[in-house]
Amino acid sequence: MNPTGLLLATFVLSLVGLFAFIWSLRRGLFAEEASGARTIFSSGEVGLPEEPAGDARQHRELQSLANAANSAMPRQVSAEELHAREAADRSSAFPAFVLIACAVVWLVVASAAGLLASVKLHMPDLLTDQAWLSFGRVRTLHLNAVAYGWAPLGLLGIAIWTLPRLLKTPLRGGRLAVVGALLWNAGLVAGLGGIAIGINTGMEWLEIPWQVGLLFAVGGMLIGLPMAFMLQRRQVHHLYVSVWYTGAALFWFPTLYIVAKIPGIHFGVEQATMNWWFGHNVLGLFYTPLSLASIYYFLPKVIGRPVRSYNLSLLGFWTLAFFYGQVGAHHLIGGPVPEWLITLSIVQSVMMIIPVVAFSLNQHLTLKGHFGALRHSPTLRFIFFGAVMYTFASVQGSFEALRSVNAVTHFTHFTVAHAHLGMYGFVSMVIFGGVYFAMPRILDTPWPRPGLIALHFWLVVAGFTVYMVTLSIGGVLQGLALLDAARPFMDSVTVTQPWLKGRSLGGSLMTLGHLVFALHFVLITMRSGVLERTEALPLQAASAK
Amino acid sequence: MENELKLVAGAMVTLSLATAAMIVVPFLQLKDVPPPAALKTYTSEQLRGREVYIANGCIACHSQQPSSHGAGVADSRRGWGRASVAADYHYDTPPLMGTMRTGPDLFNIGVRQPSADWHLGHLFQPRAYAPGSSMPAYRFLFEIKSTESVAKGERVVSLPPGTVRPGEIVVARPQALDLVAYLQGMKHNYPVLGAEQVEAATHRLAAREVDAGGGKKGERDVAADRP
Repeated sequence: MNPTGLLLATFVLSLVGLFAFIWSLRRGLFAEEASGARTIFSSGEVGLPEEPAGDARQHRELQSLANAANSAMPRQVSAEELHAREAADRSSAFPAFVLIACAVVWLVVASAAGLLASVKLHMPDLLTDQAWLSFGRVRTLHLNAVAYGWAPLGLLGIAIWTLPRLLKTPLRGGRLAVVGALLWNAGLVAGLGGIAIGINTGMEWLEIPWQVGLLFAVGGMLIGLPMAFMLQRRQVHHLYVSVWYTGAALFWFPTLYIVAKIPGIHFGVEQATMNWWFGHNVLGLFYTPLSLASIYYFLPKVIGRPVRSYNLSLLGFWTLAFFYGQVGAHHLIGGPVPEWLITLSIVQSVMMIIPVVAFSLNQHLTLKGHFGALRHSPTLRFIFFGAVMYTFASVQGSFEALRSVNAVTHFTHFTVAHAHLGMYGFVSMVIFGGVYFAMPRILDTPWPRPGLIALHFWLVVAGFTVYMVTLSIGGVLQGLALLDAARPFMDSVTVTQPWLKGRSLGGSLMTLGHLVFALHFVLITMRSGVLERTEALPLQAASAK
Repeated sequence: MENELKLVAGAMVTLSLATAAMIVVPFLQLKDVPPPAALKTYTSEQLRGREVYIANGCIACHSQQPSSHGAGVADSRRGWGRASVAADYHYDTPPLMGTMRTGPDLFNIGVRQPSADWHLGHLFQPRAYAPGSSMPAYRFLFEIKSTESVAKGERVVSLPPGTVRPGEIVVARPQALDLVAYLQGMKHNYPVLGAEQVEAATHRLAAREVDAGGGKKGERDVAADRP
């Protein structure tokens, strides 16, 4: 049998299996709003927006928008249920705070490293006397501080905070999560220090050696354990969409990391396919599902309206789980890897349009009639921006995997821009939104300077726009120069220079925004008085066990 | 969904499929591919140099995978060499194939630039050799000394005039020498196709020239023929 036929048969067969599986989980073919979507609301709470990051005026505006859209006036939520949620929030406060605070620190570190790396691409003689400040190392520090610092700690902090609300049970094993977070940070400090002095495995996204990586594996499992404990004690019959994504991601990440880090197994080109299996799946099966889990929680919560379609959620989740896992080899198009593998990855990359459309349609239907809320909810602005960028990033990725487009973009800065569309426009913006929502509940105090939230938003949106536009244009011009053998290689360098300067400008604005965010984070922490009663907090976390 | 077991089991099945496709099958397919007879093993100096290459993140800007199609269609005409094949990476753990071409592909840099002097000087100040280059200067791999303080046995770098101040001299640190030995050894210009494969490929190419419309198909067939 020829390989194409075999590949096609496997593909069709697995698709049939996948859709049969999804079919077995469906509820009513086109039923809107199956019971599952209401899990995140207490009885009588639908129609009541929750926006801890908003001020009094914004709350009034959100409520009047919700009233206008819902013909039935919202009823009151029972005091009992509010108490239960308050207890859930208290139980997760300390572990969530530790995770998010660490994430903010790593965001600042990563921004500084990223900005320096960006500037060095057009000022190659800047700071060349110290090895640890050289471009290759600073860029790697930036990538790892984002990939193992800011993004996972931020997302896990939000996940730990939302899980007790989603399962309607207090957090169990909070202290394990705190220990896990400390181990994780220890691993990251060791890993980044190692990269700075030149300890590097030579694989992108996996630069930190396995001896240090063990700390991530153990720390990550400790952070994930509370989820397993809580699932057994949950007070809800139905698992909400966010729990699917979070739960799957917490199982996917350790598997990915451990398989990638087994010493002595991987060799030669197989190691390259493994590298991109990991590199793309850590995006697709870890950051993406955790971010989608946040959107599925915060977006309906802020507007006080359940997600519209259960079946679309189901379709989106399982097709993401299936297709995303196999897209990684599109990073090796044209390379010395088996051709069938590249074809498979291109096909699955294009299939990713299914989960993306399912997700986007679902969010659009949910938000329909409530778009005004964007003007009044700081959380929703970030979350909505992130959701839209997810759609853009994923659709762009599908097209970028096509051989014709890939020929232009493959080895260029366009790929870097694409990575930031996903990791920044989507993931980071969702984390910002989640942090703005969760922190006032975690510390039991409002954000001290609402104006800083708006400043942060507009700085990073402006900076990100400049970043994306300049780097994408520069990347395409670079790719066209590389493809044309009649033009000297140096053309592809010269043509990118003005656009790389533009990227540095965008990056500066983003970094400025992050400093505003970090400052505001320090301000809310100080205002809450939590620093004065640090003695009491571990006890609080312990009493939750 | 009410059943957490179904969730976790489903999630792990989808990941297993991906792992099978992207790790297990390539593992089985490639594990017995022999190294090309002409491919030299690394010397210890080159292996140390390879570590310097990795430690300094050279992979962030340089690929090691010339190709004949897709983004690599111009590679051979730039003198970057024939398309690489899996066997070329036999001694590379991990392979440093890279994803960026901010700088040129280096799989055959030892063929293009055999001179150690060129490499050392270029690492010290790329713009003295390639005006407009955006490659960082690797000053920390060198020492700048006064002419009289150079000890016996130190490798003095010969630079284009004007690169350093008069009376100053540049000496390469051991790391720079290792790195250059690695770069000089990057030669993958030996043939990798057997006689039969060459003949088959020649036939295909001839057929492709006759059938101008089928160009794309022919390209893919040649690629599939790679060992």
